[in-house]
Amino acid sequence: MSKGAPTRRLPTGVREDAVARGADETEYTLSVLVENKPGVLSRVAGLFTRRDFNIDSLAVGETENPEYSRMTIVVEGNDKTVEQVKKQLNKVIPVIKVSDLTDDDSVDRELAMYKVACDPETRGEIMQIANSFRANVVDMGSNAVVVEVTGDTEKVEAFEDMVRQFGIKETVRTGRISLARGEKTTDETGN
Amino acid sequence: MSKTTRDTEETEEEEAPTTRRGAEALVEGLKQEGVDTMFGITGGAIMPVYDVLYDDDEINHVMMGHEQGAAHAAEAYHSVTGRPGVCLATSGPGATNLITGLADADMDSRSIVAITGQVPTEMIGNDAFQETDMRGVSMPVTKHNYLIKDEDEVPDTVQEAFYVSNTGRPGPVVLDVPKDVSKNDTDAVRSELNVEGYSPNYEGHPRQIKRAAEAIEEADKPLIFAGGGAIMADAADEVRELANENGIPVTTSLQGLGAFPEDNDLSLGMLGMHGTGYANRAVTDCDLLIGIGVRFDDRATGKIESFAPHAKVIHIDIDPAEISKNIHADIPIVGDAKRVVGDINDEMEERDAPDTADWLEKLSEWKEKYPMEYEQEGDDLKPQRVIETLDDKTTDDTIVCTGVGQHQMWAAQWYEYQEPRTWISSGGLGTMGCGLPMTIGAKLAAPDTEVVCIDGDGSFLMTVQELTTAVREELDFTLVIINNYYMGMVRQWQELFQDERYAESELPHLPEFDKIAEAFGAKGWRLTDPENVDEVLDEALEYDGPSVIDAVIDPNENVFPMVPAGSGNDEFIMGKGTQGSRIS
Repeated sequence: MSKGAPTRRLPTGVREDAVARGADETEYTLSVLVENKPGVLSRVAGLFTRRDFNIDSLAVGETENPEYSRMTIVVEGNDKTVEQVKKQLNKVIPVIKVSDLTDDDSVDRELAMYKVACDPETRGEIMQIANSFRANVVDMGSNAVVVEVTGDTEKVEAFEDMVRQFGIKETVRTGRISLARGEKTTDETGN
Repeated sequence: MSKTTRDTEETEEEEAPTTRRGAEALVEGLKQEGVDTMFGITGGAIMPVYDVLYDDDEINHVMMGHEQGAAHAAEAYHSVTGRPGVCLATSGPGATNLITGLADADMDSRSIVAITGQVPTEMIGNDAFQETDMRGVSMPVTKHNYLIKDEDEVPDTVQEAFYVSNTGRPGPVVLDVPKDVSKNDTDAVRSELNVEGYSPNYEGHPRQIKRAAEAIEEADKPLIFAGGGAIMADAADEVRELANENGIPVTTSLQGLGAFPEDNDLSLGMLGMHGTGYANRAVTDCDLLIGIGVRFDDRATGKIESFAPHAKVIHIDIDPAEISKNIHADIPIVGDAKRVVGDINDEMEERDAPDTADWLEKLSEWKEKYPMEYEQEGDDLKPQRVIETLDDKTTDDTIVCTGVGQHQMWAAQWYEYQEPRTWISSGGLGTMGCGLPMTIGAKLAAPDTEVVCIDGDGSFLMTVQELTTAVREELDFTLVIINNYYMGMVRQWQELFQDERYAESELPHLPEFDKIAEAFGAKGWRLTDPENVDEVLDEALEYDGPSVIDAVIDPNENVFPMVPAGSGNDEFIMGKGTQGSRIS
């Protein structure tokens, strides 16, 4: 046939002799502007299930314009699968814009609340940890405190590591929300 | 709420809107979309719509035997005319019976608009009688769907549904209409269309068109791979020009049959699992693959690792999500196949056609080495013989419908397709039973064109009730059942790959289909002797009405060539016990 070793394709459809880039599994942050209508969340969530894409987290809320909602979706995958995720999201009719904030400079936050076991001896220590994370104690009982912590995923997880020793009774997290930094809006950035 | 913005100024210029029921507004909207034929079955929640149709003499409503049939008939209507097919069903079971047809249309990119009745809005969510969440159930198998919650939204929603369904990549759309919405009065009229999140791209990027032309000019072994998208975009003329002017051979997918005339020397027929040996050799050896309206389905590609391993790939498709989904596109071009291929042809006028003489010589050798042939032994009736004869007796513009299975593959292999929109079958979903209802839809869409159906015994029995529709509508078509008393394709796999363990694939107690046809009021023939093929086909084609031929074939006949599942396209076998092409 052709010169040298026969060419093949990788299971991803890319020719072996072409450079396969971005093949590693990693985390991607997508900001999805959608019409604020009934059923949109289930269209988006259903798409992920049907195409076997993994959602790490999904946060959704109304935007400055009540006709639109913004979803921040954290998805696990590689460049090829996430490219498909973006294209398939764009095919959902009420989806207005999909922005990939993964490589862009963006601010990422999530909110978490931890119900941490305590007794009179440990309560002070927990509050000290909370202070150093700029976290707030939002409820206090004799055997447990509820601490609210806001920050990027690393900060929230670092806080969790610190209070684990006291016994975490319950946790709730909002999932990541992200906005592009600077003057440009999220919908003007990304790709 | 509605995405369509109301343009009050424009509506004021029109006549003062009259108040009418939601169902009347719905039917009015269908007429504005040019609907002349619908397929459906009535029932409780859809009754108000039927009540409007009762007085209507513009739209021909065809009552079907089963809602699945209504959806398939609507699919065929789209395939023949290029206009959306419309089907109607009531809520609950009527709606869920449509699902198979909707999924079929979704996989094969056919524009159908399904109107389903729904329980009254105040009862939604209460598990009312015949309530199904049709929006939820149909979501994964439709391009889009709507639940109309207010009668004032009817005109705009109908307009949007047709627009979304038949622009860009065509697909099925559901309009779920609660009974009170149908019954309540509204004076709303349609306003300017505005679907914010939807804007299909039709023009190919000029830079990519240039790159494609460059690649064609430089290619030594180019190959066109045309699919259903080329037919839907009406790009057959452009594909022919690209091939003829540049000496590029053409293979098609199953749904691409008819995109390029098969009597042209450059035609290699179909590729893939049951494609020709020479098409599969060509795709394996080509250095440039020009995919036009194809989605590189696994039945076409075989094992991805050995699909067109030396080829640079140009992929032209209207749906950006198809680009590099299965096969990496080196030159992706998102756009309408007719325009894009037309633009490439224009670009090629200023360039040299590639020198493909050696390549075409090679392909001629392969055509001789791997011919399409079958053995006529003794008195056995061979399916290939029946289909070849049917081809001889019918014109190039004859529409061929099929079910799914061995007979479908023989129909693809042994009937020569010359013109677009003459092949109507279930490709992606592989829906047994689609044949007869598609035949009905095709005949109603093209009453003056000859329509034939090549069906299987198992497929035919799945939707046999539609014979009553065919007889009532006095449809003139010929349906040939390639009957081997088996689920033939399953039997073939069991014979070749499962040590002849024929689990649940034998159908020894099938009815006599010619008598079944007669019982419905159609005309039936039983064909068992190869000597009688001509006579029976002549009679059936001549008969004015639904003709059903029960052609009892050699049950041991298999479909070859075959690329075993999981193998590369170059590892096809020409018959039982033969080796792959690499070895021969």
